[in-house]
Amino acid sequence: MSDELDGMDEILSEFLVESYENLDSLDSDLIVLEGAPESTEILGKVFRTIHSIKGTSGVLGFEKLERVTHVGENLLSRMRDGILTFDQDIATALLQLVDAVRQMLGCIETEGADGDQDFGALIALLEQLLEQDAVPTPAGVQADVTPAEVSEPDPEPAPGPSEEVARSGAPNAERTVRVHVKLLDQLMNQVGELVLARNRILQCGSRHENPVLQSTIQELNLITTELQEEVMKTRMQPIGSIWNKFPRAIRDLCVSFEKKVDLVMEGRETELDRTLIEAIKAPLTHAIRNSVDHGIETPERRLLAGKPATGTVRLCAYHEGGMVAIELWDDGAGVDPQRVAAKAIEKGILTSDEAARLGQRDLLNLVFAPGFSMASKVTNVSGRGVGMDVVRTNIEGIGGTVELKSEVGKWTELKFNIPLTLAIIPALMVHHHGGRYAIPQASLVELLRLDGSQAGGAIERVHGARVCRLRGKLLPLLNLGEVLGLDGPFWPDEDDTRRTWNVVVLRCDGQSFGLLVDSINDTEEIVVKPLGKQLKEIPVFAGATIMGDGNVALILDVLGVAKSGSVLSTGIERRDTSGSGHQEVAAPTGTTLILVEIRAGERVAIPLSSVNRLEDFPSASVERSGQREVIQYRGLVLPLVRLDGGSEAGAKPEAGGHLQVIVKGEGAEQVGIVVDRIIDILEAPVNLELEDAPRSIVLDGRVTELLDTTQIQARAGHEEAAR
Amino acid sequence: MSNQYCTFRISDILFGVDVLKVQEIIRFQVLTEVPLAPVSVRGLVNLRGQIVTALDLHRRLDIQPSGQLDVEPINIVLCTEGGAVSLLVDEVGDVLTVHDEHDEPPPPTVNERTRELLTKVCKLEDELLLVLDADRTVDLGGHP
Repeated sequence: MSDELDGMDEILSEFLVESYENLDSLDSDLIVLEGAPESTEILGKVFRTIHSIKGTSGVLGFEKLERVTHVGENLLSRMRDGILTFDQDIATALLQLVDAVRQMLGCIETEGADGDQDFGALIALLEQLLEQDAVPTPAGVQADVTPAEVSEPDPEPAPGPSEEVARSGAPNAERTVRVHVKLLDQLMNQVGELVLARNRILQCGSRHENPVLQSTIQELNLITTELQEEVMKTRMQPIGSIWNKFPRAIRDLCVSFEKKVDLVMEGRETELDRTLIEAIKAPLTHAIRNSVDHGIETPERRLLAGKPATGTVRLCAYHEGGMVAIELWDDGAGVDPQRVAAKAIEKGILTSDEAARLGQRDLLNLVFAPGFSMASKVTNVSGRGVGMDVVRTNIEGIGGTVELKSEVGKWTELKFNIPLTLAIIPALMVHHHGGRYAIPQASLVELLRLDGSQAGGAIERVHGARVCRLRGKLLPLLNLGEVLGLDGPFWPDEDDTRRTWNVVVLRCDGQSFGLLVDSINDTEEIVVKPLGKQLKEIPVFAGATIMGDGNVALILDVLGVAKSGSVLSTGIERRDTSGSGHQEVAAPTGTTLILVEIRAGERVAIPLSSVNRLEDFPSASVERSGQREVIQYRGLVLPLVRLDGGSEAGAKPEAGGHLQVIVKGEGAEQVGIVVDRIIDILEAPVNLELEDAPRSIVLDGRVTELLDTTQIQARAGHEEAAR
Repeated sequence: MSNQYCTFRISDILFGVDVLKVQEIIRFQVLTEVPLAPVSVRGLVNLRGQIVTALDLHRRLDIQPSGQLDVEPINIVLCTEGGAVSLLVDEVGDVLTVHDEHDEPPPPTVNERTRELLTKVCKLEDELLLVLDADRTVDLGGHP
């Protein structure tokens, strides 16, 4: 008896899973169909889906579900036969049908019955559409019949659905197996354990010299790494699985706002960890709604602005630097930084003085501040002020970043950077007061060593708050011991000039800060494990992990640390203090440039991305090698290039002075460019990757030549070869 | 009806928990201290790859240590609603089967903090067994 019940349950759950999947594709199919009503192939697919749901629901005895799908099927069959043509009204009705079916499936899943909601209105609507063309056919009559009679004309109740699914499904259906997500999660956990055990064995094994043991350990190491990769893959899902919902969402928005939007999706096969896919779904949906609501203008306004009446929203995903980048681009009205600033001032997020000091990019990113809303009127999709800050909080919660760029009147782009997986993350290990802590690498900016012998001491105070100077800007400092309640507010040896300090520069929520720690160790791949509920309340810990020696180390929650050290006490403090913004290098529209002076008054800009290091050499260390000036640098010979031309050969190095040198390239390719003075690092709106990149631009109010460093490097290399 | 208790001692006081709540008993493990944690939390232990919070029952029950400080405590790992939690105890005793006719509610004069965590007191022949409620013991709630 119980076996029989189990059997039923299995059929039911299979039916639910299958139907949900089919419904998801139905949404997008219907929208494609709306654009291309003559596509009989898609129409056939839609028909089969509805038909198989109807068939199975009949067998399982869900009368309401059967009745609703039956009318839909009739409508579709008449379109398939060419009696009716697909139009927007039909599309709307069929989409409503899909929603109704989904709702009933939900009821079946939770209560085991198809719910008590009456879909009479929907059935009437579908029937009315059926009657639309004046030719009454038996199908029209059939739509009125009661469910009991409906099951009769259906000659193939049980085998129907499975066959249909097999035919419409992918041809490799036999090669895939459905596995419960829980099982995959457990598998992932166990692989995590295996990785840790492997790390421990590696540590122990390095103390023995037995060759058999060594080779076995090597093998174990390889197998574990491979296994980890493969298991990670099983958890990966193409991002398209959530994108499928967007065409429908955009269509609905367009209908309600009377806008026209084309959605272009690129890179839907890009894969992400399952948990992350779930986590980005809501923020991404929200951002897309924003694009349609705020971004894309009405067709009339678009035509006035000289744009095509139909707007474009482009969603694009790709891998970039070990992360997944998702770009949401629209060719709408853009976001005006000045209007954002005005709104932000109006909402009290910052003062006008503060706004005046911010750059365009920082102004734009004020839209992520809590309580910010651009919408002048509240619509039912957006404008309640709980928008972009939630998007950012969600994305940062999973270790990602989000940034807004825009050109007024032309386009807006939101770029999300999402880590590939959450389960295993790279982290920096630090020691403090005998404890070991892991800092997720995602929030790590750089490591500093502060020297107490610096003028005025390494650590300075602003009314009691510790700061240090980092490239001319003040960096707020926190002491990890103080954050963890291990040290008092007085730091030991703070004014000791012989002492050096290890500082980990972290960044979260747009704010950088330095964390003082006793010592900095290696980076390691760690497996994040949750803390018990006794410790959940402590905001500065994100979890714990097991280290190679089998002991437990705590993982710091950078956001929690920043908050407990009141680095992020108010919205207005969210300002870029690091200045250079390393991620800007990869930005397609702007370039970070180093502004240098090469001769009295003459300025040249060098793209920061092509620069390896900035060095300061005493002039005396310049040696000559043939016709060239060289310097011994890190065990290599560094050829020097002087930009002021003539002095390159034969000029005598000025005695006692210093040379500012920009080091470009790596290893033997290195070239040192001698400059008079490094003025600033700033961002310019040029794209040097373009063919027609300008030779000079206006920077800081002055015409500045852009230095082609590849050419200089080639020149140095060429001369080398010529000699 | 009779119940089975896993018994243990804290400063010579005999305590017990429902044996069905006990996942396992392991010897002392290296603890990782957690700064800012409630005082009852002694630290975290690695239980075959699972990270388990270890509670100090002296502090939890407000009992003074009995002097033998050099004795390494033993972990009684409980299986609770919120996952596995370890209780650090001085000494582990037998599993006792006690008929419930020997049970009595804890007397009102017991230290209030302890009384909240006790379900009953069993009158054994030569001493009293204080039965702890496993879920309430590991739920630090507002308590330190």
